[in-house]
Amino acid sequence: MKIKLLDIAHGRSGDKGDAANVGIIAYDDNGYNIIKKELTVENVKKHFAGICLGEVERFELPNLKALNFLLHNTLGGGGTVSLKHDAQGKTLAAALLRMEIEIYE
Amino acid sequence: MKEKIKIASGQGFWGDLIDAPYHQIIKGDIDYLVMDYLAEVTMSILQKQKNKNPELGYAKDIPELMKRILPLIKEKNIKVITNGGGVNPIACANAVLEVAKNLGIKNLKIGIVLGDNIKDNIDSFISSGAQLRNMETDESIELVKDRILSANVYFGAFPIVEALQKGAEIVITGRTTDTGLTLAPMIYEFGWSEIDYDLLSAGTVAGHILECGAQSSGGNFLGDWQSIPNMAEIGFPIAEAYPNGEVIITKHPNTGGRVSFETVAEQLLYEIGDPKSYITPDCIADFTSIKLEDLGNDRVKVYDVKGFPETEFYKVSCSYSDGYSAISTLTYSWPQALTKAKAADEILRKRLANLLLQFDEIKTEFVGYNSTHGPLAVQLDEENINEIMLRVGVRSHDYKSVERFGKEIAPLILTGPPAVTGFAGGRPKPSEVVAYWPALISKKLVNPNIEIIEL
Repeated sequence: MKIKLLDIAHGRSGDKGDAANVGIIAYDDNGYNIIKKELTVENVKKHFAGICLGEVERFELPNLKALNFLLHNTLGGGGTVSLKHDAQGKTLAAALLRMEIEIYE
Repeated sequence: MKEKIKIASGQGFWGDLIDAPYHQIIKGDIDYLVMDYLAEVTMSILQKQKNKNPELGYAKDIPELMKRILPLIKEKNIKVITNGGGVNPIACANAVLEVAKNLGIKNLKIGIVLGDNIKDNIDSFISSGAQLRNMETDESIELVKDRILSANVYFGAFPIVEALQKGAEIVITGRTTDTGLTLAPMIYEFGWSEIDYDLLSAGTVAGHILECGAQSSGGNFLGDWQSIPNMAEIGFPIAEAYPNGEVIITKHPNTGGRVSFETVAEQLLYEIGDPKSYITPDCIADFTSIKLEDLGNDRVKVYDVKGFPETEFYKVSCSYSDGYSAISTLTYSWPQALTKAKAADEILRKRLANLLLQFDEIKTEFVGYNSTHGPLAVQLDEENINEIMLRVGVRSHDYKSVERFGKEIAPLILTGPPAVTGFAGGRPKPSEVVAYWPALISKKLVNPNIEIIEL
């Protein structure tokens, strides 16, 4: 069964220079196990192809059932230099929640 | 020692709800009001204002706000801490003192934290051994030294603590960490030492939760946002702090919004890097140690925070001039709105190329289609698109190229695809691009300096 990440998690994103930070929080422990397994650096990098032009770093926060990603070289030069409409990456957490995940029951 | 103190966030950025600090004061009891006015871009704007008029360079909202709240904070014994002094905290403090005089207030002590502004001493710092290399690219400061618009050290909580110890009722700082504004009253009231790293980290975490205003109390909440009650009258967050480092995040009763595990967790993840190493001038907080407990009724307990010793450096944020940019938009209606907008972009780019203009970047986005999620946007069915906004931005070190770009937009209305509108604002003028240069400087080289002025 395919689900959208949106169904099991929420999050918030913002800017850190030219990198965007994307925090994803699972609603429950089961959801956290899923995101820990599915949101690998490779999968996130692939999802953001054409948006994130640099490295992806991943950090775990089990205390919040959350993962934090740093997407380097993503914001078109950073907050004040960028010509992007979303120069601060505010909508990128929502963009990651678009991801479809295969769940095996 | 007080058993607990209540610290209220009154402003998440310069431009936030004007009435929020007033509501924090009148809708319930608080001990401290903290207000963050400074984003990175703000410092360069304030520096430009100060260059034109030496009496400016601070958040001008502050004297206006003080007219309204000074009698109340005197009556209720509420202390105010803000970094809205920008690049001219003394002028800001003098303006507040003037407001107090006009209100007939008899006595008032204002603490000013100075020493963060190093713009005029960069050469002497370099000759003292400060490299100020770019933290991200490792480039030499020499590349941008002649174009620097502002340069400020981020101080932490302790200079504010010193001002409070000297009796300040209002503390006005320049560049201070957002978290320091909230941590300082805890250190001051509970007598926390500068090596109590777990406690300093607990206060830092509380500061991170408060620093963006209502973003932790239901605003910009990506969970079930439609369930957040009464966002029109959203309550800003309040940290109820205890001497053992426990903090309860809450908001005043009878206000809108929500404080829950989810709303606080989202803010904890906002703009962080490695969660094990949240670096401030006061400590390094470990965000993976934070425990959150949702107590219900808009109360979330934050506890068990662990921390480590601070580094030997202050962060420096320099801004420098890096060319010019302009952005313009046109709106195309049904039918074939997206196709028309794409055709207009091609026509525009051909004209810019024919003119041999020099750009570092030309960026086209289609608002209503892909301006937020880029290649992740779902393909649209042309028949069902009502309208699309074409948004084109250019950036260049050649002013004339950017200026000419501004003159090539409006003509598209009469010389391009049909059913187009939305060019009412006139030609976009080139604006200066302000870029950032983050660096580190040894704490031994910079010292905060606290002044008190009083009535």
